[in-house]
Amino acid sequence: MLLIHCPYCQEERPETEFRHGGEAHIARPTNIADISDEEFEAYFFIRSNEKGVTFERWRHAHGCGRFFNAARHTVTDKFIKVYKAGEPKPTLAELGLESGESQ
Amino acid sequence: MSGAYRIAGKGRLTPARQARFSFDGKFYTGLEGDTVASALLAHGVHLMGRSFKYHRPRGPISAGSEEPNALINVARDATREQPNVRATVQEIFEGLKTNSQNRWPSLEYDIGAVNNLGAPFFSAGFYYKTFMWPKAAWKHVYEPFIRAAAGLGVAPKEADTDHYANRYAHCDVLIVGAGIAGLSAALAAAQTGASVIICDEQPEVGGALHYEAGTTVDGMPGFEWAQKTAQKLAAMDNVRLLTRTTAFGYYAQNFISLTERITDHQAMVEKSAPRERLWQVRAKRVILATGAIERHMVFDGNDRPGILLASAARTYLNHYGVAVGKKVGVYTAHDSAYEAAFDLKRAGVEIPAIVDTREKPGDAVMAEAAALGIKVLTGHAVIKTSGRLRVTSMTVGRSTKGTTTKYEIDALIMSAGWTPSVHLFSQSRGKLTWDADNARFVPGTHAQDCLAVGACNGTDGLANTVEEALGAGELMARAAGAAADAEKLSLNTETAFEWTGGMVGASEGAGPDTVAKAFIDFQNDVCAKDIRLAVREGMRSIEHIKRFTTNGMASDQGKLSNMHGLAIAAEALGKDIPEVGLTTFRAPYTPVTFGTIINHARGSLFDPTRKTPMHDQEAALGAVFEDVGQWKRAWFFPRAGEDMHAAVNRECKTVRETVGMFDASTLGKIEVVGPDAAKFLDLMYTNAWDSLKPGRAKYGIMLREDGFIYDDGVVGRLAEDRFHVTTTTGGAPRVLQHMEDYLQTEFPHLKVWLTSTSEQWATVAIQGPKAREVIAPIVDDQDISNEGLPFMSVVECKVLGGVPARLFRMTFAGELGYEINVPADFGPALWDALYERVEAAGGCAYGTETMHVLRAEKGYIIVGQDTDGTVTPYDAGLGWTVSKKKTDFVGIRGLKRPDLVAEGRKQLVGLKTRNPKVVLEEGAQIVADPNQAKPMTMIGHVTSSYWSEHLGSSIALAVVVDGHKRKGETLYIPMEKETIAVEVTDTVFVDKEGSRINV
Repeated sequence: MLLIHCPYCQEERPETEFRHGGEAHIARPTNIADISDEEFEAYFFIRSNEKGVTFERWRHAHGCGRFFNAARHTVTDKFIKVYKAGEPKPTLAELGLESGESQ
Repeated sequence: MSGAYRIAGKGRLTPARQARFSFDGKFYTGLEGDTVASALLAHGVHLMGRSFKYHRPRGPISAGSEEPNALINVARDATREQPNVRATVQEIFEGLKTNSQNRWPSLEYDIGAVNNLGAPFFSAGFYYKTFMWPKAAWKHVYEPFIRAAAGLGVAPKEADTDHYANRYAHCDVLIVGAGIAGLSAALAAAQTGASVIICDEQPEVGGALHYEAGTTVDGMPGFEWAQKTAQKLAAMDNVRLLTRTTAFGYYAQNFISLTERITDHQAMVEKSAPRERLWQVRAKRVILATGAIERHMVFDGNDRPGILLASAARTYLNHYGVAVGKKVGVYTAHDSAYEAAFDLKRAGVEIPAIVDTREKPGDAVMAEAAALGIKVLTGHAVIKTSGRLRVTSMTVGRSTKGTTTKYEIDALIMSAGWTPSVHLFSQSRGKLTWDADNARFVPGTHAQDCLAVGACNGTDGLANTVEEALGAGELMARAAGAAADAEKLSLNTETAFEWTGGMVGASEGAGPDTVAKAFIDFQNDVCAKDIRLAVREGMRSIEHIKRFTTNGMASDQGKLSNMHGLAIAAEALGKDIPEVGLTTFRAPYTPVTFGTIINHARGSLFDPTRKTPMHDQEAALGAVFEDVGQWKRAWFFPRAGEDMHAAVNRECKTVRETVGMFDASTLGKIEVVGPDAAKFLDLMYTNAWDSLKPGRAKYGIMLREDGFIYDDGVVGRLAEDRFHVTTTTGGAPRVLQHMEDYLQTEFPHLKVWLTSTSEQWATVAIQGPKAREVIAPIVDDQDISNEGLPFMSVVECKVLGGVPARLFRMTFAGELGYEINVPADFGPALWDALYERVEAAGGCAYGTETMHVLRAEKGYIIVGQDTDGTVTPYDAGLGWTVSKKKTDFVGIRGLKRPDLVAEGRKQLVGLKTRNPKVVLEEGAQIVADPNQAKPMTMIGHVTSSYWSEHLGSSIALAVVVDGHKRKGETLYIPMEKETIAVEVTDTVFVDKEGSRINV
């Protein structure tokens, strides 16, 4: 079971309190009704599925109820960083990783 | 008494403390502390099981948890019985009942052994290749045969009456393994003040010190030192020492699962004692001191009872005081077998010869062998063995072609070297590196905060091991934050011999182009030649070779076989071993009982049970309940002499003719509040909410972004800024999650609050022509006439003389109807008051089955039954719910996807059977032409089907390709015994005009 630090509660809590929310930093197009099939495909269906550092959404469903983002390594399951929804996606350098190290 | 092979003065068990147990119905006397294997070996019994595929006679090869052969059934009584227990692990106690497995009629004469004669036909991949065709043979020949042959033991028939415990624990340092490395690390860690948990799978600590007779630590015999150290550690407040405890899984963030066996070795079990305890440990640091496992030699006939690992023979002698034979041959590529030979020889066992594949064994062991007068044949091999139920001879030569000599023996011990136990390290996602000099994989890059020490780290030599372990113990404790002053520890160790040697793969006589039965995986009967066959047949990946041959797939998970299999595969592939790579190590390290894993989550504790506030009232009326998710819902209310069918028919008729009441409390409810509430709902639903006036309600459809129906429900607007949203019973949590997701991450600018109120309200639906007169007296000061509270209205009012309520005028039955919501605690009072009135009016309570029939008669869908996640509102005939004016809502773009607007979609229709008495089966497939060739083209399926007492005929809903255009067409439903003709109809079967509702 993972321990996850909620950036709102400022607490490390067990995974059972959280619900995974898929890949982070995929903004819903504001003109969604008008986008092309290709744009909709890219928005709705295509995910990066990294082996390495992945950026993903979590909701502290049985805690504060809020969504936040995390950078997690998919091989080791290590959480490199958690940050609030709306904050910019950190670069690998900001995560203390060299480019290429994400693998 | 305790066996003819028990050697006086040897071993650590007390001769006076005896225990009687049975094996295959025969009674044996053993000593307390014996395993089933050691106790039987003491009586000269090696034959303990039959192999899986060929049913070959087998005896124990090991003295530990890596045992692949000696699997037995162990029983305390009828409800406490377990198959596939390793005889080398199960401790005996007075009254223990054990039986061999995979044999009939007896272990000595097993009919299944004909498989052995047919062995050429049962080669690797046999199942994949043989059972392909003819297709019909699957059902009547292949599947019954495979099922009968599948599995080793037989599952117990009775429910397990034992109970199991569960504990979570945290510590600074968890040490896995309490051999000399683990104990040393624990000493060093503990004296820094760190909290330490140390566990070991065996009943006593010591690990290899169980058999290492020539080792002293701090001047004491090694095993004695281990016990003293364990006592010292156990007495410390900051140390928890767990024996009979296997660390079986290493998960993320140093989360380790342990299983502690508490009562399996006890003759008298306290009633309150759990059989096993699951420990889930979160450790700041982990030290793996899991040791190494000896490998067998791969040669022709290496599987006969009486052939076992050298270290196992040493354990049986030095710990249990049992000689594995009176005339013991030795076959080795490693020095460790010499020490076993020396110990046996000194105990009076005859050693005809040590056969060593190496030209130059270690000097020290050669000198000692000479001193003891043991013949050593270097550069020789055991070419084959003989003996049916027990090995009787070994044939030795330099090669299969030269001259050979036959030695009479009654046991053969062997060693091909040692495989570090890197299982847990690999489970932690650490990377292994290949130590080419010693032909072994050792821990490389760590993925978690752990260190491996001693034999599992490839560290050779006792002094090195102790030094490494002491250092690691302190290092990990300090890293975890332990701060107490501590002296630098050191231990004086002496050992008789330092070992060299080792080999992986087949030895002489079992190489390429031989047909030798040289086993590498004993339990699954995988031979060296099977690996080569897999490579010849095109398997390249070690994972494919494993699955094709089943090598390493037995309950021992390849502890003995993996390295041999890999070496033989690498040779056949012409690649280096690290290039081929190991198969993935997965938890559990050794088999774990279902009881431990399921633990308390069984029976009534398996899942929470949710009951509505009116549950007891409904039960008192004789309701039969059904499970809907975690909810118990009243299904139907049978009266005397009624079966379900009769009760449902009566309930349906009563609602249509007079009035019925229904507990709708399980419906999901979400309070949507805030200045932007309408704007938010506009985005979440296909409908337009802005225009909905306070006091009115509307049926809403919610889509996912892909355009498919996600949920539905009636939404009432209580005020400009307040909505009462209802969801499906099962959908409440995910709908709230879905709403929160959009509110927080896509539309955070909207001022809206979402609150789950599902359990705050008790809800009773009153449906039927007399609904208004039933509720009138209990509603305080509220006009409920058709004008005062028209269809699809909602009002906040008082009921029962002052109880706050939300009163909806709505129906899910197609009748004049109301749904009354009161605070949950008032639910029983509301139910009682209404029931009295309903009964007086000639009505009744109805359950979910009647609710389903009534709604289906009206063509009202159930999301998840009539829709399946690929149905759009248009497919469901609910296009009218989709606002044409809105520029955005979730799913607006998905609805325009090419596939969703194309012809040929499955659409919801009604079906009427040609014979009105025939009720279709839900899920039945629909075809256009019943006479077409098989396999037929299926164009849809039945989603809902009921008997309609009101109509006197069956009704059904179905999804059918282009269904909306097929109204009036005849379609067919081929069933096993008949083909049913149906007419495609509208989805509304009763009161198409809605005249029953608007009154």
